[in-house]
Amino acid sequence: MKIDRRCFLSFVIGGAAGTALSPLPWKLTDDLSIWSQNWPWTPIPPKGETTYVTSTCTLCPGGCGISVRRVEERVVKVEGLKGHPVNDGGVCILGASGIQLLYGPSRVQAPMKKVDGAWRSISWDQAIAEIASTLKELRAKGQPQSVAWISDTDRGTTAELCRRFLTVYGSPNFIRTPSMQDAYEMALYLTQGNRAMAGFDLAQATFVLSFSSGLIEGWGSPPYLFRAKSVMRQKGGRMSQVEARLSKTAAKADQWIPIKPGTEGALALGLIHVMLKEGLYKKDFVETRTGGVEALRKIAGDAYAPEGVSRTTGIEAKAIIDLARAFAGAKKPLAICGRGSGRVPGFVQEYLAVHFLNALVGGINTSGGVIAVPEPDYIEWPEPEMDAVASKGMQQPRVDGAGNGRYAMTRYLLNRLPEALAAGAASPVQVLFVSSSNPAYSLVDSQSTAKAFKRIPLIVSFSSYMDETAAMAHYILPNHAYLERFEDVPAALGFPKPIIGLSKPVVSPLFKTRHTGDVVMQLAKAVGGTIAGAFRWESYEACLKQTLGDKWDALRKNGYWVDAKFAPGAFETKSKKFEFANADIAKLPAYASLKAPGDETSFPLTLMAYDSMRLTAGYIGSPPFLVKVLEDTILKKSDVLVEINPATARDLGLSDGSSAVLSTPKGNASVKVFLFEGIMPGLVSMVRGLGHTAYDRFLAGKGVNTNDLMGSVEDPGTGLEAAWGIRAKLTKA
Amino acid sequence: MDQQKNKKYGMVIDLDKCTGCGACMVACMAENNVAFREDETDKLLSVAWMRVYRLTNGKSFPNTQECYLPRPCQQCEGHEGHSPCVSVCPATATDYDMQSGIVSQIYTRCFGCRYCMAACPYHVRQFNWWDPIWPDGMERSLNPNVSVRMRGVVEKCSFCYHRYQTAKDKAFLEGRRELEEHEYQTACAQACPAGAIVFGDLNNPQHTVHQLAQADTAHEGKSRNPNAFRLLERLGTNTKVYYLSSQEWVRRAGDNEVKKA
Repeated sequence: MKIDRRCFLSFVIGGAAGTALSPLPWKLTDDLSIWSQNWPWTPIPPKGETTYVTSTCTLCPGGCGISVRRVEERVVKVEGLKGHPVNDGGVCILGASGIQLLYGPSRVQAPMKKVDGAWRSISWDQAIAEIASTLKELRAKGQPQSVAWISDTDRGTTAELCRRFLTVYGSPNFIRTPSMQDAYEMALYLTQGNRAMAGFDLAQATFVLSFSSGLIEGWGSPPYLFRAKSVMRQKGGRMSQVEARLSKTAAKADQWIPIKPGTEGALALGLIHVMLKEGLYKKDFVETRTGGVEALRKIAGDAYAPEGVSRTTGIEAKAIIDLARAFAGAKKPLAICGRGSGRVPGFVQEYLAVHFLNALVGGINTSGGVIAVPEPDYIEWPEPEMDAVASKGMQQPRVDGAGNGRYAMTRYLLNRLPEALAAGAASPVQVLFVSSSNPAYSLVDSQSTAKAFKRIPLIVSFSSYMDETAAMAHYILPNHAYLERFEDVPAALGFPKPIIGLSKPVVSPLFKTRHTGDVVMQLAKAVGGTIAGAFRWESYEACLKQTLGDKWDALRKNGYWVDAKFAPGAFETKSKKFEFANADIAKLPAYASLKAPGDETSFPLTLMAYDSMRLTAGYIGSPPFLVKVLEDTILKKSDVLVEINPATARDLGLSDGSSAVLSTPKGNASVKVFLFEGIMPGLVSMVRGLGHTAYDRFLAGKGVNTNDLMGSVEDPGTGLEAAWGIRAKLTKA
Repeated sequence: MDQQKNKKYGMVIDLDKCTGCGACMVACMAENNVAFREDETDKLLSVAWMRVYRLTNGKSFPNTQECYLPRPCQQCEGHEGHSPCVSVCPATATDYDMQSGIVSQIYTRCFGCRYCMAACPYHVRQFNWWDPIWPDGMERSLNPNVSVRMRGVVEKCSFCYHRYQTAKDKAFLEGRRELEEHEYQTACAQACPAGAIVFGDLNNPQHTVHQLAQADTAHEGKSRNPNAFRLLERLGTNTKVYYLSSQEWVRRAGDNEVKKA
């Protein structure tokens, strides 16, 4: 048979039509997809019995209750604990990513020692013995004060064990990392005489005036404040946000009042001026329970008349008067401060001015106001026996200068440590312990910090993660991750009642880690003498159980203990009143808005850092889920986007998405530009929490660390870190 | 057994309360085994069942305003279950369940044609361009109640259907046929720290969603609440996610084509 063209085509077309009509193509497509859907590397999570463990989250000082879901021995989900007084079932974005912090790739899996610049595994016994021998040498040389300890918190048993260790060893240098807690504690102490934490009864307030505080951006305990804000708004409460940038908090407030950054304190004094002049304050409270209002009249005198304040802050005089009237006229007004998430303490005068606003409307220790929550007092250990070296060492001045001279009232000044380390021929700190904190990343001017830390001959990190400080340490003695260990949570930041939470192990430790509390005791035993004698507990768990005493059982069962009948205590000032003025306050320099450092002609713009709930900026690095959900207006590939006003961009010849170089007196960084109508012209703002060099590949090498570009600004009254911005320049790349 | 009345699970999201924090997105990812890659900044390629959008009123400083809008699958009922994606799927991989009102997605049936993605007006559907890979040891965090999706299939929010099944199983074991409102909640509603997301049966007058949504069944579920709206309502997708906002510009942003009243 001859195969002609016609025959060939008929055969091909007929064959194709026949095949198409048969089930073959469909069967093949189906088989192909089934085959390609069953690659062995697509994981199939094993099934098993599901159980829930009640615990307390320790990823931030928020103190939320969590319910952790386990399938057999695996942790599969972290959820908020329903009925918990702080978060009632809600959970923040970081808390929800908790599983990634347990199983994630940045865990330090065993004790390590740096040998010739590389990490080597080392046994626990040897690591402890080696560090103890250095500690013994320093003591023998009579320099116990050259040991310092940095920790994110000074409350709770672990922190107290570290501090106790330093005390019996002979060093006063226990340093808490800076935050707005420092400034709030100072404001409460100066005016009320209470050594207390500030709690905010936001849910009951009817008018909230926030001075750049990121109420829904990580300020205080996020789930508590989110919920309280929802309740407050539901009940008809209103909120005004004073801020240079349309933050999420500003966007969700009823009123956004743009202000020249750094002048928030001037506005607070301006409001006080109007309230005093117009008699808009709670006379019964001010007359009976406060003292020194006449001095306040002088402080907020004519210099703070609306016209002058208007020039300083850029807010119209009428708006200032209206705001003062609205605030004073509300049933339960509440003023708060602490910029963004409160990572930088700030200017204490500003906190005082805002606190005075609350006092003028009687909003102190009352429903809807600021509540002085007493520091937890359940840790009652016997006074340790001190030997001569320890007593002598404890009398030495602190290396950070806190508690001395100009800084007599300040408790911790970590921001001053780099300077102290850099001065002199040898570093005044010979051994630095770092637990649950990452100062090499999170301190303002992190480059100087890292440089100064390099002068310390021995840095020991207790971090569970390979963070920046751990990376530059000499030893890492990894703590259990937060879902693997016991820990007491002595307070919930910003919560208006005393509350104790218990964090307990949900799974047994995955790696060769040890609880920092246990390691401190083991170090003490290795150093010996009175130091060993100060730690008579068998283990950290035994210590915790004994310390919590009769609360232990309730804490194990419910996860928290709350003082339901709590009533705020009396003022503890000399006059037993709230004091607008006293000898300590008089020692502080008069209020003046702090300028951003840098020269205005070569740096025409001002750079500010802002916080996002979708990034962490402290010791815990952002887990992969957080980086994944970060907006594409913040991060694009590995470039951070800085916000500028379109008007500013026009002047600079920049367009949306274009590359630029951001320079400050501290350094340069390449960035991309995001045009944002919600930012005041002349400002540049950049998110906090990027620019990591450590942690895992999901976080490291993306964006810029704002702290690298920022310069430290010292509050002249207290020495606390008060940097809110720095002069900057943006040039087309 | 008595024939049970059909459920119509839906959501009401209060945009006045939403803080844009993103806890819903991450709670969803943890619950539903959503994978992650090193670079997720191209949002068209980034798989997220729940996504929080940032809306702006478009005005210049200082009159600019923002609002955050969480967007799960809108679970369109359309007209008698003809939701846009269900109508187009050639593999019957997605279906409208009349008993719960949930649009399903069956990964093993999906062969990745992505017709549904083109049909969905809300961008809720996402394609797996890559194999889901977890760093060593991290696969231990996976939830066994939700299957991991393989490369080459489309996935989307299921209103945490596995939670519905678990809750129903539990109720059956206890001899009950009806679920309490709190027994079946999606991961996002449960996590929301601001209490902005409310979930429940829109057909059940006892449920908060029914009271908030005030759906008018005579008009394809359009809300009687003047502050409530649904996304692109004019398309007739008859969605089951209602949004509340006290601000007019936000309600209009739900459908920019709607003429000003």
